[in-house]
Amino acid sequence: MNAIEVKNLTKKYSGFTLDNISFSLPTGSIMGFVGENGAGKSTTIKLIMNAIPRDSGEIKVLGLDNQSPEFTSLKNDIGIVLDEAYFPEVITAANVNTIMKHTYSKWSESTYFNYIKKFDLPINKAFKDFSRGMKMKLAIAVALSHDPKLLILDEATSGLDPMVRDEILDIFNDFTRDEGHSVLLSSHIVSDLEKICDYITFIHRGKIMLCEEKDRLLEEYAIIKLPKSAFDEIPQEAVKGKKITNYGVEALILKSKISPSFEIQHTTLEDIVLFLAKGDGR
Amino acid sequence: MDIIISNSSGKPIYEQIYSQIKNQIISGKLQEGEMLPSIRSLAKDLRISVITTKRAYEELEKDGYIYTVASKGCYVSKKNPEIIREEILKQIEVHMRKICELAPACNLSEDEIIEIFRIIQQED
Repeated sequence: MNAIEVKNLTKKYSGFTLDNISFSLPTGSIMGFVGENGAGKSTTIKLIMNAIPRDSGEIKVLGLDNQSPEFTSLKNDIGIVLDEAYFPEVITAANVNTIMKHTYSKWSESTYFNYIKKFDLPINKAFKDFSRGMKMKLAIAVALSHDPKLLILDEATSGLDPMVRDEILDIFNDFTRDEGHSVLLSSHIVSDLEKICDYITFIHRGKIMLCEEKDRLLEEYAIIKLPKSAFDEIPQEAVKGKKITNYGVEALILKSKISPSFEIQHTTLEDIVLFLAKGDGR
Repeated sequence: MDIIISNSSGKPIYEQIYSQIKNQIISGKLQEGEMLPSIRSLAKDLRISVITTKRAYEELEKDGYIYTVASKGCYVSKKNPEIIREEILKQIEVHMRKICELAPACNLSEDEIIEIFRIIQQED
């Protein structure tokens, strides 16, 4: 079963097209959704939530077509956090509880206050006096407290310090201890995604560049550094991206396509994304 | 159970898990019939991918080190003397290869190598 299934999704804006994208998030796993600012991550997430109309394509969330009338009640099973947490300025964490109790059918007060305590959030402080990290944590506490099966987070960790980010990643990690729980996590902080994701989907200028198991990616790709003359002897189909300087060539290659005698270096997700995004000279 | 994952070794993570669990089974640190942590809990505790952990367990099962009881979990198999012999032979081979590489560097003859081997045996 897939928690999210996107098929041939297209959405056109003037100056930007989300171009026929397809991917699926298997239940029980964490998918990292990576791409530069303006690549189409937030548009895709809005389309998944059926918050904006699409031009064409099909989306299933938790097994249900998101344009069917039942999708409205299914939203109880989805926890969503956007890049900015919006609550009225004067509201406190205690007020949020009162509001959400009447919003979500499965709201759990005890879960919510456990998270508030775990995150060290003040109960009676007005929302406008919260730091960015506190706002984000409050939004995440809300998303987790109505017993969701699927968490969707749009840039939830950007703008936060490394300690808080790590804490939040741990929470997502723990959330998926239940095999019925899945997470879609969009971010441009690739190192965060490398830490916890099972799958990576990389979107670039409205197109899906790759959708793969993270560890396989790290096994399949490698970095190679060579003088120009030696570089020309490498089969060109192995080269997925290269950077040429006056002193040599640095390239992202597919390990399986070159002779094992070449000295290769272990790659990171960040390298893969950067090289593929540039993709010049292929 | 100790499992240390290195992100910089360049060795695939599933292989690291596979070989560390295998070594602990061969050395007897993990006993026959002992239950292994579930794939999901091991993955979450090590903060690695569930798919990768599953792959390691599948390899261990394929090679006969563990077996799965449906909806219960994975257990350490009865030690198979054949497999263990095979494993040790493989290790010996690795060391022998090393000798073959090193010996020509100082013109060591076959007889001299055997002589060293005998001396080491007598030391013990």
